[in-house]
Amino acid sequence: MAETTGTAETQELAAEAGGEEGVRRRDFINIAAISAGGVGGLTVLYPLVSQMAPSKDVLAESTTELDISSVEPGQAIKAIFRKQPVFVRNLTPDEIAEANATPVGDLRDQESLADRTKEGRENILVTMGVCTHLGCVPLGAAEGENKGEYNGYFCPCHGSHYDTAGRIRKGPAPTNLVVPEYEFASDTVIRIG
Amino acid sequence: MSFPWAKQYEPANDFTKFLDEKLPLPRFVYNAVGAGYPVPRNLNYFWNFGVLAGFCLVLQIITGVVLAMHYAADATVAFDKVEHIMRDVNYGWLMRYAHANGASFFFMVIYLHIFRGFFYSSYKAPREMIWLLGVTIFLLMMATAFMGYVLPWGQMSFWGAKVITGLFGAIPLVGEPLQIWLLGGYAPDDAALNRFFSLHFLLPFVIAGVVILHIWALHIPGSSNPTGVEIKSESDTVPFHPYYTAKDGFGLGVFLILFSIVVFYLPTMLGHAENYIPANPLSTPALIVPEWYFYPFYAILRAFTIDVTIPFTGIVLIKAQLLGVIAMFASILIWFFLPWLDKSPVRSGHYRPLFRKFFYVFLLCMAILFVCGGAPAYEPYIMLSQIATAYYFLHFLVILPIVSSIEQPKELPFSITEAVLGKDDKSVLDKPAAAKA
Amino acid sequence: MIRIGALALGFFFFATVIFWSFIPGAYTHFFGEHPPKAAEKVFHLEPKDVSFSFDGPFGSWDAQQLQRGLKVYKETCAACHSLEQVSFRSLSEIGYTEAEVKAIAAEFTVPGVNPDTGEAEGRPGLPTDKFPSPYANDIAAAAANNNAIPPDLSLMPKARKGGAPYIYSLLTGYQDPPAELLQKYPEAKPGPGLNYNPYFKNLNIAMVAPLTVDGQVTYDDGTEATVDQMAKDVSAFLSWTAEPTMIERKRTGFWWIGFLIFATILAYLSKKQVWSSIKGKD
Repeated sequence: MAETTGTAETQELAAEAGGEEGVRRRDFINIAAISAGGVGGLTVLYPLVSQMAPSKDVLAESTTELDISSVEPGQAIKAIFRKQPVFVRNLTPDEIAEANATPVGDLRDQESLADRTKEGRENILVTMGVCTHLGCVPLGAAEGENKGEYNGYFCPCHGSHYDTAGRIRKGPAPTNLVVPEYEFASDTVIRIG
Repeated sequence: MSFPWAKQYEPANDFTKFLDEKLPLPRFVYNAVGAGYPVPRNLNYFWNFGVLAGFCLVLQIITGVVLAMHYAADATVAFDKVEHIMRDVNYGWLMRYAHANGASFFFMVIYLHIFRGFFYSSYKAPREMIWLLGVTIFLLMMATAFMGYVLPWGQMSFWGAKVITGLFGAIPLVGEPLQIWLLGGYAPDDAALNRFFSLHFLLPFVIAGVVILHIWALHIPGSSNPTGVEIKSESDTVPFHPYYTAKDGFGLGVFLILFSIVVFYLPTMLGHAENYIPANPLSTPALIVPEWYFYPFYAILRAFTIDVTIPFTGIVLIKAQLLGVIAMFASILIWFFLPWLDKSPVRSGHYRPLFRKFFYVFLLCMAILFVCGGAPAYEPYIMLSQIATAYYFLHFLVILPIVSSIEQPKELPFSITEAVLGKDDKSVLDKPAAAKA
Repeated sequence: MIRIGALALGFFFFATVIFWSFIPGAYTHFFGEHPPKAAEKVFHLEPKDVSFSFDGPFGSWDAQQLQRGLKVYKETCAACHSLEQVSFRSLSEIGYTEAEVKAIAAEFTVPGVNPDTGEAEGRPGLPTDKFPSPYANDIAAAAANNNAIPPDLSLMPKARKGGAPYIYSLLTGYQDPPAELLQKYPEAKPGPGLNYNPYFKNLNIAMVAPLTVDGQVTYDDGTEATVDQMAKDVSAFLSWTAEPTMIERKRTGFWWIGFLIFATILAYLSKKQVWSSIKGKD
């Protein structure tokens, strides 16, 4: 049959004219083959995308245990959690009173000190040391640093002032310093993450 | 150039019409690997390896870019970083095994592609430029593969780098300073590792560029075919798409199955156990050999074991080591001259009985070189590799030119159509539109 | 012109190689002699035929065996050999709970610094640490071991020909040199500090037999700790440390290759369909 017709094109046309049944079968097998190729290609994308996600060694460091027994009232420590600074502050009774004296309704991001600490351990304030504005590290955790107008933390990049409960009071930051997920593993050890 | 009967690209809608006017990329693809490229209708499966080689290059670039995201070219951590990829990175093991074995499969495909060219004389006029660019790609691939093998910084990486850069040390006068300059030190270390990484990343993109030239040059005369008879009329060709896209799709499937069996079940089969021992400059492995795809050329390198002297005077003309280096490079550079060494007017080995016999002897010679290249340097391998090396050069430089002058080729078919169908409607040639442009 | 030059060059290469290769002993001039040491050729043994649960395309880890192997490693190998690529955290993959992983990590002392003084001092390991080396550095390792540095074991089955069966054979292969060997090759007698082991590449290994008596390790799961069992368990454990992703790889490969076969059959049918209208004589 092919010998008699001259070109590929006319042969193709001839085959198409050969009957609806033939056309359908041909189309089906070609579409199936192309779809299988597409499915294979998409499957390959999965490992290519997931290789960029955190690797096992990074994930293993996503929880950090911290001994806070040496933090005296009025002091704070800086630690590293997920490669970012975390502040743990042992509040003095004055600082707690100062935080509680502020009406929650007046705040930009309305949270009380109790919301931001664990029950019974309201003197331990754990916050990320990452300004919620653009991610700078606020001052105020170390001895002698500028604590800002509200006696908490002060971000030197764009002048955000946080109070003793780490809540935003003045400046461009939109929300309070983030309190990471944590729990007391024992009286003196907290497990963050 | 294209054949007058090649299909023309027709933009289907306003968007493709817009695109065709401003940036005719779809037209370009259509004419390159689409229905607009008429291809001989009689290509056999040996013609699949060009597309497969292109696929391998893409595979190597993608997996390579991924690996580079997790690797560090520092002699103190490179080995550990590779293990980090294998253990901690999500699907890192897959990326690395695919990349390492991908190199092997790339070379397998390329060797089949090259030997297809040898048998069917794909290098002959009017396709000399395609061949020259192809040999250039092969040389670039060898450089890339060599530098890539250094990156895991295992024992074979280190000693391979040391031995191969040592080859340049054999060059008279400038050798030693050249070797030190290449390594950026007196032995492979951070400097060498970093520059190898940098170049290993760069060269694949250079290869991709030369591949584009290779394909461009291919589209000037069009593809060769198993009869070696040039295209005479439209009935000799079919459009690349769908005929050869379908055939290449099937070929790709078979290739991927074989590749996946190795990657998932035999991933270390083609490597060397020594490379899982961290590089140690104080201890040489018992047997230093390159990756398998360099074996034949490594055998040629080692075949030269004695200085060339003026007989009975003891005056050294060329050191054995240097002769080996020259021979190894010459063994590939010789391919550049192939279009002018083999002047037989007949292309295909099918119609050249004498050439075909010598072709099979040449395959045997390559097999012997392959075995010798992976073997330790003692008898009988040295003697074998010497004889095979001699034959290798004899084949290209003496046998091919002589065979092409004295051979009586078999009668060629009138056309591809006749070769396929047993007859050709010669009247098509009278049609002006179908005449060979 | 090219062909004349080629002929000349070709004959030159041919003549050079052939002429010189037939001079007796010529080849040894450059490479030096590499005569295979006969004793090794005759007495070296290939690894024993031993099977593991992870062999073959459908193999899987035997978590109990890997845990036993870890115990053998801890009590026998760890005194000299490190496992520097392996993190304690990854032990959770062979069936340990988080608390158990923590406890195992704490058994090891890893290099650290005193948080108050900054001085180097050891501290108990954490799950994120890797198995530490028992020696401070290579010099210390060599000094303590008669100049033979105990290699890191993380990748051992991949770094030696023969894989896990080789490790097993080596551990169970210690014996006295056969009389025949000593008679034929007196120079092959193990020197001071070396031990005869036909599975080792040059027959004489610096490591003393590590597993010598049954019950050397007490298994928690009640398995009888014969030398053979311990060797097998630690070989399995080291196979896991060499490639913890091995089983994941085989499983992924199974369905991926299955899919590829399916897709390739479709591609073949499609190719046949496309060509059916044209092939003619075929």
